[in-house]
Amino acid sequence: MTLVTTSLTTTTMREAFLHATADAIDTDDRTVLVLADISAGADPVPDLARRRPGRVVNVGIREQLMIGVAGGLALTGLRPVVHSYAPFLVERPYESLKLDLGHQDVGAVLVSIGASYDQPGIGRTHEAPEDVAVVDTLPGWTVHVPGHPDEADRLVREAIAGDGPVYVRLSSEVNAAPHHGTGLQTVREGSPDDVVVAVGPTLDRVLAAARFRDATVLYTSTVRPFDAAGLRAVVGEVPTVTMVEPYLEGTSARVLDEALSDRPHRLVMIGYPREESHRYGDHELPL
Amino acid sequence: MTTVRPPTDPAELHRLMSLMTGDEKHSAAATSTLDVLHVLYDRVLHVDPQHPDDPVRDRFLLSKGHGPMAYYAVLAVHGFLDEAELATWAQPGSRLGLHPDRVLVPGVEIGSGSLGHGLPLAVGTAVGLRIRGLTTPRVVVLVGDAELDEGSNHEAVAYAGRSGLANLTAVVVDNDSATHRGDLAELFLAEGWRAITVDGRDHDVLETALTAAHDDRPLAVVAVVEPKG
Repeated sequence: MTLVTTSLTTTTMREAFLHATADAIDTDDRTVLVLADISAGADPVPDLARRRPGRVVNVGIREQLMIGVAGGLALTGLRPVVHSYAPFLVERPYESLKLDLGHQDVGAVLVSIGASYDQPGIGRTHEAPEDVAVVDTLPGWTVHVPGHPDEADRLVREAIAGDGPVYVRLSSEVNAAPHHGTGLQTVREGSPDDVVVAVGPTLDRVLAAARFRDATVLYTSTVRPFDAAGLRAVVGEVPTVTMVEPYLEGTSARVLDEALSDRPHRLVMIGYPREESHRYGDHELPL
Repeated sequence: MTTVRPPTDPAELHRLMSLMTGDEKHSAAATSTLDVLHVLYDRVLHVDPQHPDDPVRDRFLLSKGHGPMAYYAVLAVHGFLDEAELATWAQPGSRLGLHPDRVLVPGVEIGSGSLGHGLPLAVGTAVGLRIRGLTTPRVVVLVGDAELDEGSNHEAVAYAGRSGLANLTAVVVDNDSATHRGDLAELFLAEGWRAITVDGRDHDVLETALTAAHDDRPLAVVAVVEPKG
């Protein structure tokens, strides 16, 4: 994977998220940032914690508790924003997501960093290309995969303003420009029988790939719920739909297949392969 | 907010529990919690079945969701459930399952059954009430001694103790069912809680312990009952 080669902004998604959350804490009484040490020292968190006592809850390196605390906060009517690396946010405390949030019928905004292989030298312990597939097993979740810090800023603010369970997957890999809007957006018109759906930070590479030169290119920063109606409105009668996701290959095969159940279709799912990685260094999407 | 009512007759609770059959595997769990639940709802908690979502109510979280027959019986006595509904216990379509569900039953604060979730949720609830400036409500969570083996509880005990969550009380019903058990009160004391060990069948002693001053710390009450056997 190539890291941060195309961004025109000096703001990272992580910085955008933390500042958006700080703004929310400053302007409404519901928002609480819940941490397990990760980002506790990152700007503007220390100042925020001093300025708004109690509204930054750092439970220490206790990720099960982090989700349980978020559930308890939500039970009192607050809006927890919970943050860590993806494996520690959604994999280690998976049952807590299921029971402390979902089963209690309360929501939270979970915001991860480290997307798939964002840090090539860090190794398997901090890599979670499975994260979206894991969250996708749980009902009712919205999953955002922003492709630009400006999108991250907007999606975090919108998520905090809501009530339901939301997973926002941040990345250090970004597109050159933001693409706002909801659902699938047509970025480049081409054949309706050769349609590519680019998710989040994969867009610029999809646009540059020779194999997709004649294809219609759609973009989305929201993969759950998936914009099935938007896809059906664009594709032809017998389409080939390729979905390029910056996480585990095949994660969205189910929702694509459901969206196109009314017509013959061929799916090509591109993402990171299912492997037990023991390799440090870049992991390239097989475009 | 508190309705003045005569003390609950223990025989009435046993009669109501007898209406619920079909989970004999967890009958020991139900009877182990009975006296603690009786005292909490009769003498300690400020809850109102007419206003089960009152923001200033005390919160009781049954973390040890196994065998909730005693819990349902107490809720029925206190007006959260109709007695007639107890006969539907564990039947398909009933609101009263083998593990309680907060979405289905008024007055049930959390859905529970999987061990190790109630105490972290209670910590979050206590923190949330503090953030919201609600200084009156207490958060009381009931766990089993074996349940304390769960790592999530150790995370919660350590954080709550070091954060001075004085609005939090953990009641440990100790029926000697833990594997590799240590000193239960010491577990809490070591993390900065106040901890009291009492006879879990003595109502007056339980009331005294459950209303004890916290001294700006969370309170653990270890309620010892007969061994599970």
